[in-house]
Parts: sequence; structure tokens; C-alpha cells
Amino acid sequence: MSVLVYTENWNSKFRKSTFEAITYAFDLSKMLNTNLIACTSGNIDEEELKKAGKYGVSKIYLINEFKKAQGKEISEAIVNLPEEISHIIFSHTYTAKVLAPRLSIKLNAGLVSNVIGLPEENHPITVKRNAFSSKAIETVVLNSDKSILCISPNSFRVEENPTTIEIESVVNNSESNITVNNQEKTSGKISLSEADIIVSAGRGLKGPENWTMIEELADVLGAATACSKPVSDIGWRPHSEHVGQTGITVAPNLYIAIGISGAIQHLAGVNSSKTIVAINTDPEAPFFKAADYGIVGDAFKVIPELLNELKKQIK
Amino acid sequence: MNIIVCISSVPDTTSKIKFNENSEFDSNGIQFIINPYDEFGLTKAVKIKAQVGGTITVVSVGDISSEPVIRKSLAIGADKAIRINANPKDSFETANLISNYLKNIEYDIIIAGRESIDYNGSAVPCMIAEILDIPFINACVGLELNNTGAELVREIDGGKEFISSSLPLIIGGQKGLVEESELLIPNMRGIMQSRTKPLEIIDTENLVNRIKTTNLENPPSKKECKLVEGENVKELIALLQNEAKVI
Repeated sequence: MSVLVYTENWNSKFRKSTFEAITYAFDLSKMLNTNLIACTSGNIDEEELKKAGKYGVSKIYLINEFKKAQGKEISEAIVNLPEEISHIIFSHTYTAKVLAPRLSIKLNAGLVSNVIGLPEENHPITVKRNAFSSKAIETVVLNSDKSILCISPNSFRVEENPTTIEIESVVNNSESNITVNNQEKTSGKISLSEADIIVSAGRGLKGPENWTMIEELADVLGAATACSKPVSDIGWRPHSEHVGQTGITVAPNLYIAIGISGAIQHLAGVNSSKTIVAINTDPEAPFFKAADYGIVGDAFKVIPELLNELKKQIK
Repeated sequence: MNIIVCISSVPDTTSKIKFNENSEFDSNGIQFIINPYDEFGLTKAVKIKAQVGGTITVVSVGDISSEPVIRKSLAIGADKAIRINANPKDSFETANLISNYLKNIEYDIIIAGRESIDYNGSAVPCMIAEILDIPFINACVGLELNNTGAELVREIDGGKEFISSSLPLIIGGQKGLVEESELLIPNMRGIMQSRTKPLEIIDTENLVNRIKTTNLENPPSKKECKLVEGENVKELIALLQNEAKVI
């Protein structure tokens, strides 16, 4: 019985969260004293596939005849792999959300999402996950023989475990039940759910024209940009940047909130961040209660100074 | 058009989440609301019905405490409601309870929320799709019906996809399906009508589950925020570099 990790790729490259999932799966395979195999789909070259070996995968299946629709046909292809699989590991991305529940039904496997650590016990699998929009930590026990664990992005380290990797192509004969006509990529260079640093701004910025300094700060820090709900509701920023409940949930190492009061709906989407910085003119802003560091001050003064200082240091 | 809307009754976002001595969720003093992701879907259903006609059936799994939320969805515009009387332990059980009901009725489109804000499993709609063998479009931000099926838009990590599908299908909906400003607030007439609209209760045995919660706890509390005085950005940068070690 092997541990299988689904190694998701985007633009034919593994994602950062993919390496987190591989590292997790590698640790789990060591705990269980079994081998680690992987599976991916799409147009992905050998050099990229070999990277999975660098992190501990001993065999990777490349599912050909890739159709963009994913859910139905890739889950069928995974079930048809010539392997005995006991555990499947995903990073909890949108792709995992259309694959893991289908696999759970097909394989009679218990499914746990938002997993934040390795199992505390293996027989039966006992593992911690985030619940109540990260306002609670839940411990769950699986009573199934097989298990599927979806790891919260940015909650697990990435570690190299160089292993000789074998690559095998499999043909996917499954038919899709939907047609993807077109794909539109977001303009941001760094995906929000995977970003190490996020610079986020709210209504305190007074207008969309003032986002230049936010984007500049994000550039200097190698960060992704995000915004609060009111800002996306009035159309200053695209909905894809809206962080919080009803938007995207993020867990970066550093979240910088500028001119965001810190409504509980917003905090629900960011409170798993490792370090939070709040910059706000209002000393009573709720964000200061959730933040690690804060500056009570005017963003229009603080941000340009911050930019200046960071640029000086880079030089 | 037979439209099914799956509704979950969840603690209001602003609720303080606490647990009893058995590490179970303590619902004392908690205000329950329609799961926000489901509410976008319900509003979309009301719009579809206004365009093409049909019946909106709300399906919810829960005990009697979820009825106020079900009545609210009737007041917003659903025609009838089904409450599957059970306290499911995991997504698998919930998905099976809903699928077992749906297997015996006619439906064209099932609208569920992308996730619920209590256990955040993000699994029930996709499991239903697998059990009923119908297409699933997750993180759905656009839905238009046409003569042959539906045109849909879904969010993916890093962009959007534009999709065609036949009916019946199930979506995991969210904001974008309708905008926040379009969400319907029940009016007096709706509230009066909701009292007489049919709410059927289906008694069922609890089904097999695969996951058991053994403990719930609050995350470790944050230490107090360090305020950097005098808008001193140099000090902030030093803290982030040397203390938090994040830049």
C-alpha cells in the first residue's frame, strides 16, 4: 500500500503548495514505512516531473489526454492507476476540491480538508484541521481503511529528500462531462493563496488611483496584492483580490493590512497568517487586536516612507 | 425548471465560537444564519425563477433548531423546503442524505454553496455530483441557462474558466453568482407567506460516516500587538527582519 500525492501544476510547473504536499506525503510515507508515488496531469516536461523526485517521490504517473475539466476524468484516471493506494495527499486548492471528494466516494476513503499537521496517530488516522473559519482547531479520527488528506496551503514546510524517480505515462480514456471553453488568467504575478507575503488595502486608501503605492510595496517585497470586501464591492479592485469570508482565505507568512479596519468577516480569511501588520489611522481599529505589529498612522505618509526605506536597504 | 438549493444553518460570523467540557461546539447564545455562500445561491435561484419560471426547493440537513433559517429561505423566495432530520457527523454522511432524497425527485439544477463557514469542508457538493453522476462546477461565479444547458464561470487558482455543461448539474456557488448588493432581505409579505409554505420533514436514520470529531479547541491566543510609535518605519522593518523573520 502506497501513499499517493497529487502533484498539481499550473502553466506546466509544479506549484509551491505542490512541494508542501510532497513533503507532507514523504513524512507520512516514512511514518507508515511505505513508498511515495505521485500523479499529475497535463503538458509537463520531464525536467519538471523530475523535481518531484528531489522532494522524495519514487514514481510519478503523468496522465495524458488531459482535458481541462479535471474533476470527473482525472479522479477516474487516479482510481485506475496500477497501484494499491492507502493514503492520498493534496494541497487544498480549487483543483483538490473537485478531485478529493470524488475520490473519497469512489474509494470509500475518509476525507479531511484544511489539515494543518501530520497525523498524531496512524491507526486510525488522527489529525488536526482548521474549522469555523480558523476560529477553531478540530481533531478528527478516521474510521475508514483509506484516507484522503488535503493540506492547507502555507501550513507545511518544504524540504528536499532526493530520491531516484521513475516516470510513467498513462493514457486517460475517461470522458469529461463539462467543456472548458476558455481560461482567463489573473494579471497578478503571484497567486494569493500561495503568496508568502500579502500587501492588502482597504477603504482607508480613499480611491483606486491610490493603489500604485500598494502595488509598488508588493513589488519591493515580492508580495501579492489583496483588498477588503468593500473595496471589491465598489469595484476599486477585482473580486479575485477580495480576502475574507465570501472571498479567499489566505495564510501567508506576512500579511500587511493597510487602511482596513478589521471586520470579523475579513479576519476570518486572514487569521491563519503567521505574522500580521496593521497600519491604520484609527487606534481603535479591531485589526490591532488581531495583529502582531501595528502602526497608528496615515497610510499616505507611512507607505511612501516604508517604500523608501525598503528600497534603500535593497540597494 | 426544478431548482434545488442546499442550505446549511451556521453560526453567525460575528459569533464567538466556544466549546463545552466535552469539547463539543456550544451553541448557547449563538445566532444562526443561512450559510453566506448558500445565500448567494438562493438569491440566484430566485432570479432564475423570475426569468424562466419553475419551483425552488430548499433542502437542508439538520435538527429542529435549523428551522428558523429554513423559514427565512422560504421568506426570501423558495417555494418549499425539505428538512432531512439528522445530525450528520461528516461531509460524507451529509452528501449521502441529500443524494438519497434527490434520487427520488426531478431536478434540473442543484445550487449549493462552495463551503460552509462552520466546518469549512468544501466537499458536500462535489460528493453529491459523484454520487448522482452529474457535472459539478465549483467556486461558481457565473451561471446562465440556455436551450441546451448552462454556461458557467468558475474561479480556479490563478484565474477563471468559462464552461459549458448539460443539465442536470450541481454548483458550489459563491459571491459573483449574484453581487452582495443583490442579496434579498425578506419583506413582510415574504415572511407571512413563509409561515404557510410547505416544510416537509424527512425522518431518516443516521448513515455511515467516516470521520469523528474528538476534540474542538480555540487556536492559541495571539500575543498583544506591538505598536511601533511615531510612525517609525525603520523600527517596523527591523522587527519584521529580526524578530518575526518574515522579510
